[in-house]
Parts: sequence; C-alpha cells; structure tokens
Amino acid sequence: MHQLYNAVFEPGFFGSPQVHVAVAVGGIVAIVSAVVGVFTVMRGQSFAGHSLGDVSAAGGSGALLIGLNPLAGFVGLGIAGAAVMDMIGVQRLRGRDLATGIVLGAAIGLSALFLYLTATTGATAGATQQVLFGSIFTTTPGTVPVVAIFGAISLGGIALIYRPLLLSTVSPDIAAARGVPVRLVGVLYMIALAVSVGLSSLAIGAILSTALLIGPAATALQLTRRVAWALTTACVIGVLAVWVGVLLAYDSYYWGSSHLSLPVSFFIVALIFVTYLVSVAVSGRKARAGARRPASVTRAADHDKVAA
Amino acid sequence: MSQPDQTVLTPEILRVDQVSVTLSGRQILDEVSFAVQAGEFTGLIGPNGAGKTTLLRVILGLQRPSAGSVTVLGQPRSPRSQPIGYVPQKVLLDPDMPMRARDLVALGLDGSKYGPRLRSRQRDQAVREMLHAVDAERFADARVGNLSGGEQQRVLIAHALISRPRLLLLDEPLANLDLRSGQEVISLLARIAREQQIAVLLSAHEMNPLLPVMDRVVYVAGGRAASGPADEIVTSDVLSRLYGHRVDVLHVHGRVLVVAGPAADDGAAADDGAAALAAAEAEPARAEATGDEAGVAVRPGADAS
Repeated sequence: MHQLYNAVFEPGFFGSPQVHVAVAVGGIVAIVSAVVGVFTVMRGQSFAGHSLGDVSAAGGSGALLIGLNPLAGFVGLGIAGAAVMDMIGVQRLRGRDLATGIVLGAAIGLSALFLYLTATTGATAGATQQVLFGSIFTTTPGTVPVVAIFGAISLGGIALIYRPLLLSTVSPDIAAARGVPVRLVGVLYMIALAVSVGLSSLAIGAILSTALLIGPAATALQLTRRVAWALTTACVIGVLAVWVGVLLAYDSYYWGSSHLSLPVSFFIVALIFVTYLVSVAVSGRKARAGARRPASVTRAADHDKVAA
Repeated sequence: MSQPDQTVLTPEILRVDQVSVTLSGRQILDEVSFAVQAGEFTGLIGPNGAGKTTLLRVILGLQRPSAGSVTVLGQPRSPRSQPIGYVPQKVLLDPDMPMRARDLVALGLDGSKYGPRLRSRQRDQAVREMLHAVDAERFADARVGNLSGGEQQRVLIAHALISRPRLLLLDEPLANLDLRSGQEVISLLARIAREQQIAVLLSAHEMNPLLPVMDRVVYVAGGRAASGPADEIVTSDVLSRLYGHRVDVLHVHGRVLVVAGPAADDGAAADDGAAALAAAEAEPARAEATGDEAGVAVRPGADAS
C-alpha cells in the first residue's frame, strides 16, 4: 500500500515549492479557463480564443525581450488584441473569421520577431519554450497573487454580465430588443477571454492555452443540460487535468533511467483530449440507448396506446 | 363592463405614424401608418423584401425611422422603454447549448439584468405557468436545441411573453414550420391575444393560414402599407395601388391568391406608340409568367412581386 502510494506520489512531491506554485497557479488558471471557455464554445468563438493565444505569445515574448514579467505581456497584448478584433468586426458572424485571422497573422509575425531577438541577444534562456509551452514549474511564488487577481477580474466580469451574455449568445436580436447593449457585453466578454488566455499562456503555454479553454468546456457541454452544471463540470475537469498533469510530469522524472522530466503541458493537454473523447463516446452511447428527448418518447407511447 | 363598451374602450397598444425608412439611399418604407388595439391579432403581410422586418425593427426601436413616429401605449418608443415581446425570424438554437426549454423561458424574465441570479421560487413558478400557457410542459426539461421547429417556436413565444408585454411581435414565425405545427402556433397566439388582451403582430409572406384568426391585415408592398380588416384590404384595387401595377386577388375554395395581373395594365400609355410596342413585345413572356403563377397557385398567396 505504502509502495503504491509512493509510486503515485513520488517522494518529495508534496514538499516541493515548485509543486505548490504549480498547483495554485494551475488550479486558478483551470477554473478561469473553464468558465470563460463554456461561453467561448457556446458562442462559437474557439478560433478567436486560439488567436488570442497567439497574441498572448507576442505579448509574452515582447515582455521577456524588454525584461518585463511575461504575464504582463500575455494579458496586456491579449486585451489589445481583443479590442482590435472587436474593431474589425468579431461581433458579426461573417466578420469573425476575418477579424480573427488578420489579428492572428500579425501576432505570430510579432512573436517570430521577438523570440528571434530574445534568442540572439540572449536576454532570457529558453524564452521560446517558456512562451509557447508554458512555465508552470518555473513560476515564482510572487506571481501567484497576481494570477489570483487577474483570475478574479475575469471571473467577476463574467459573473456581472452572466445573463445578458447568455441572452445575446442565444440570440443577439432578442437581446438587443430587450435593451441589452449587445456589443458592449461582447467586448467585456472578449476582455475576460483575453485575461483567461493570458493566464493559461503562463501556465501551459500560449499555443496550448486553447486546449485548456476549449477542452473542459466542450466536454462539459456534452454531458450536461444546464449552463450552471456545464460551468461546474468544466471547472472540475479542468482542475483535475491540470493537477494530474502536474503530478505525472513530476513523476516522469523517475520513469526509466534517463531522468528526463517530461513537459507538464503535454500531460495536461493529453488528459483533456482523452476526457473529451470519452465524453463523446458516453453521450453518443446515451443517444443510441434511446434516451432521446422525453417529448417524442411520450408521443410514441401515446401512439402505441392508440394502436393497441 | 358590457360587451359593446369593451370594443369602444379597448386601449390602443401600438401606433405607427407616417413612418419612412431610407437605408443607404434606398427607400424601404414610405409613410407607413397603422394602429393596433389590445387583444387584436394583426398579420403583417407582404412579399419577401417588402420591408416587413425593417418595420418590426422600427417598432422595436432597433432602427431609427428617417421620418414619422412609433408610440407604444402612448409613449415614444426606445429600446429601454416598455417591454415588447419579440420572436425574431432566425434563432439558431445549437443542439450543443446546455440549456433546457425552462431555462430559456426564465431568461425572458431577467435576461437583461446584471449580476448573478439568485434562486427564486417566484421565478420558477412564473416559468411553470408560462410553459403551461404555451403547452410546452412536456419538453420543458429537454435541451432547446434538440426540440422540433414548432416546439422551439412555443418556447420562444413563452420567453417573449413571460415579462408580460402588452405587444408581441413575431417575424415570420411560420417560415420554417410544417403546416400542422404552423396551425398550432397560430391558434396558440390567437388564444393568448384574446385571453391576455395582448396585441399580436405577426409577419408572414403567406396569409392563408392566418385568415381565420386575423382581426386586421397590414399589407406591405413596395414600401407602402394598407391596413384594415382582411376583406377590405386584400382586394384587387387596394393591392394594385400598393404594388404599383395590376394585381388580381382570386378566391379559390376559401383561400386567397394574389397573382400578377394581365399585360393590359398600361392602358393609359396605349396611345404612346413606343410603349404600346414595348407592351406588345413583352406580351408572350408575360402570358407565360401568368401561366406559371397559375401553376404555382397551388401554394396559395405566393409572392405576387
């Protein structure tokens, strides 16, 4: 028993200060991403979420280049990117892909420049790895409160606009007729999205942030019928994936004899992906088992009665 | 209150007064006027592109008219003023959206309010009553995106009505419904208008399903509108004036067909040689077009434009 426990939680796991920071940052990031992600998936803005990740990458690499905390760059440029996307027309269904694509292209170009410059000037070792694939184990304990504050801002924003956002997600026309400032609500949501993506850029990397944003949310939407439950389910899935990912990455050092610590982002993304596949299989099975909507079931039953 | 008094005292819910709309240089609506009383079922009828949706958007306060005014319960209209129930033409309810019919109806009550929502027994009760009123209890707990078109339409009507508006606007609610679901939605709306003294204004390009329940027709064509009881408005004379060319209204087995008139409409221009020639050249094509319309007339009330 003790041996098994030690095999799962390698000695030193709970004592490691890096693990403490990773668990705290990962937990906050997972919750913010899950909540924002549920709306991202419902609004069909996954592509916008992904391109904000690329904008974050440009911000993070720029910040490293001039010696700032990368988190400031991740979040700062992300919000600017969201504003530009809104200006070009992300709120129009047909303008969306265009606005997103243009911003995404520009952002990747900037990242290429900044990362090249950081690599050649040697300002920060491993900047590319850190920006693109995350730095959850190298984050300083001092960053944790900053992450918590940004997370609270993002979640607070979503809580404030929860119902108008939901209504304008269902139908912008109805929302506008009810006096909801649809565009303003959309912009506030995009800011919450930019903050959330900036945070997960820090944790699991700018280009992997999409996985944490979309994966738990998409899985939750497969499994639930209510927004509140979808939010809760997505949070649980996201937090578990991040924490188990942290554990596996820590343990991987002891696997085999080569003593390589495999990247934590890989484990997190792999767990999210597998969870999604399982949820698709489960909900597909439910549908096949005849658990169609109750209305048609009763109707069919009535029909049988008449026939009998 | 005695019966005759009631008809006299029925309050006016909506007045559209000389409304004109010009969008990017094109005149969409030209001095449209009509009024709607409480408990009245009004059909906003006209071919596609006649300006029906624009007119509804003006009434909702989403489109500013270039001239004229809209008053609801005697007040000038703005998006934040009196609640108007609205069911837009296209509401794409995604099957993946984790929202039960019940939740969508509840959003009709407080969807424009900020901050988190607190659980309220009163709200749950109001939602239950509304679901009962539109006969949607059977599928109240199903995902809205999985419901049939007719069921979704009921849920959207409940969503629009739960805030107790005096005016309910529906943009082409029958467009994507099969005949039977359409009939069910119409009789539901007629009952709600009568029982709750709500003015219902419903746009449609096809008037026949509405004929049994409509108290009033607002017929829109070419940006202009005529309003009144169906048998006074849907006549060859009135519609020809609206369309700006000869239109025939035919009655076939209790249904109304609006078809483009024969080529002889330009009688006044007959003494103009060139015009007469042009008309003569156009003659065979027109005859064919008329023949087509007779063929299409199986779909009653098809576009005459």
